[in-house]
Amino acid sequence: MNKQELSNLVAEILAGMGSEPQVKAGDYRPTCPGPERKQTAFAPGDFVPDVTELDLRKLYLTESPRNRERFAAMKEKTPARLGCGKAGARYKTLTMLRFRADHAAAQDTVFSQVPEDFARSQGWVSVQTRCESKDQYLTRPDLGRCFDEENRQILRTELPQNPKVQLVVGDGLSSAAILANAVDCLAAIRDGLKLRGIDPGKTVFVRYCRVGAGDAIGDVTNAEVVCMLVGERPGLVTDKSMSCYITYGARTGVLESCRTVVSNIHAQGTPAVEAGAHIAGLLETILKKKVSGVALYGEEGA
Amino acid sequence: MGTTSTQLIVSRLTVENRASAFAVPDMAIASRQVLYESPVHFTPLLDESHVDEDRLRRLVQSEYASAGITRELVDTGAVIVTGETSRKENAQAVTRALSDLAGDFVVATAGPDLESVLAARGSGAVDYSENTGKTLLHMDIGGGTANLALIRKGVIVKTGCLNVGGRLVKFREDGTIRYVSPVLEGLWESGDTEELCRCLAKTLEAAAGLGESPWLKALTTAGTASLPLNDPGEPVVPSFSGGVADCISKTYPPRAFGDIGPTLGKCIRESRLCHGEYYLGSQTIRATVIGAGCHSAMLSGSTVFCQNVALPLKNLSVVHLDREDQTAMGPVLTQAAKTQEGPWVLALPGYTAPDYGRVSALAEELLRFLAGKPMLLCLEADMAKALGQALALRAGKDAEILCIDRVRLPKGSYLDVGAPVGPAFPVVVKTLVFGT
Repeated sequence: MNKQELSNLVAEILAGMGSEPQVKAGDYRPTCPGPERKQTAFAPGDFVPDVTELDLRKLYLTESPRNRERFAAMKEKTPARLGCGKAGARYKTLTMLRFRADHAAAQDTVFSQVPEDFARSQGWVSVQTRCESKDQYLTRPDLGRCFDEENRQILRTELPQNPKVQLVVGDGLSSAAILANAVDCLAAIRDGLKLRGIDPGKTVFVRYCRVGAGDAIGDVTNAEVVCMLVGERPGLVTDKSMSCYITYGARTGVLESCRTVVSNIHAQGTPAVEAGAHIAGLLETILKKKVSGVALYGEEGA
Repeated sequence: MGTTSTQLIVSRLTVENRASAFAVPDMAIASRQVLYESPVHFTPLLDESHVDEDRLRRLVQSEYASAGITRELVDTGAVIVTGETSRKENAQAVTRALSDLAGDFVVATAGPDLESVLAARGSGAVDYSENTGKTLLHMDIGGGTANLALIRKGVIVKTGCLNVGGRLVKFREDGTIRYVSPVLEGLWESGDTEELCRCLAKTLEAAAGLGESPWLKALTTAGTASLPLNDPGEPVVPSFSGGVADCISKTYPPRAFGDIGPTLGKCIRESRLCHGEYYLGSQTIRATVIGAGCHSAMLSGSTVFCQNVALPLKNLSVVHLDREDQTAMGPVLTQAAKTQEGPWVLALPGYTAPDYGRVSALAEELLRFLAGKPMLLCLEADMAKALGQALALRAGKDAEILCIDRVRLPKGSYLDVGAPVGPAFPVVVKTLVFGT
């Protein structure tokens, strides 16, 4: 088949594909009328409504549903983006805007900082890992797990040696989670430890913190248990979720399976104060059994 | 245990931690399975109204043997005493007879409100309403009474009771009338049972807001809610359980059971109640006993606090503290300390995801009034462990503190709390109770 024959064949196939002529996007008109558009007038200086203020659990956009009430009742139980409706084959504008706004908030959270004076105002000892910026923190996880000599010196002089429990707060991937939950959670942990006759000791704040930084603190203080509250990687549901990692005998090189985790600490998950009270009980168990992580679950049979 | 019949069921409730291993535990009852249903026995009575303790005990022992279970396997026992037998001395007799046979707590309890709730749950009507989002008016129609429950989206919102049942009139072998219930006095004189059943069906229609019946008021059980339960014009799906419900779906000869049950069932089937959609319970005659066996126990939240409180706790009366007057809790607590004779539990809504300062402030406020006394608290919001801990820290190691959450206690209810299952506590919320 030569070139000429081929182009003839293609032309033939195209011609046979149907009688409807190709329409350029700009010339497209829907064959049936769409929903009528409401004209919203904004006075100069007004703001458009903030899409992030809508409660997604209450936002149900499907048109002509068979049972709106029933779907709405199910939606109350999940933060998932269900019942979004559609515009042709695509999301509605509102859904699209909200998704992008939530995504932007998650990204902003990663790059935001816990304010300089926050740790000081709480009376916490403050140190920084070997990372020097957020960018470095994100690209060099290894540097987020260790300290330079200057910061190690702060840990050595400011923190008591051989404590039962060393409490640590780390910014992690969400400063917002720390600002929203750490103070209340920590207050409940401290009261819970006091109630159980365990000295809660001093609290240390770590900037540019990975979970492994707790092991480096264990190296310096020789703590029996290190308990770290750290901001979780923000998602599209919340950017304020915090986790707690508890490590018995936390030293550099400890296995990840030796950590006990309590995750999802935020207003819509486990409330900070309840999580704190629960963590205090866990710390007591872990000190008694002298083990944390997977092995602890084996012990408890849970 | 009813006026005439007594039945025993054995059920297994499976408790499951719904949270992942990396989160705070969240215990819940995952399944409710009926393992054994006894035949229906006549209630062992000494005379017209007194329960025979010895025979009751032997009956339960022989049913344990038939079910293949031993006393050690039973964690929780619930005895629901209903109707004429629900007198205080009988409840006490039952408790005496069964206390070492029925596990950690015996619940001797009664009253039409609780029966309505148990029947609505046991029949499957609550699940049906939850799954469909429909509003149901459930009627458990037994021998002497119909227990009513209005269920909106799976939540029982109101209960009521009518003196309408299959044994209001009983027949002799030859078909002549042997007995007419005193509740029909002045209403029905003709002796025509067809006509009676049509009027009773009309009364049930009126109780569902379909038309009116001059009998509705007269047949409403004394001391129960006025009918209909649904709002004017609010459509409901009628739902049925109880012995008469069997006679709605199946046709029996009119004198099959020596009472008006079959005829009443037929008249209900032909009434406006069954013209549109209606629901027949997956359990009919056993709805109440299944409800009692499977649905009376619930679980508290899983982050809770208990110190120096001996469990189980039985028949705690409930003192309510509403959100509005939480700042002015003084009058409520002072009043409660004066008027409550036995142990009591303070029910309060609590705060959603509070900061620790509010928790501490609440603990201090409570201690101003409750210091030195047992502190039994039941919250709706998830904050009991933090509050319990804050109370214990201030009140000391010897203080008696129980602090549970995620339980809503209706006004006028009583509470039982059992020994913990994992981190959570099993609780039974009762609407009426006799004796201890």
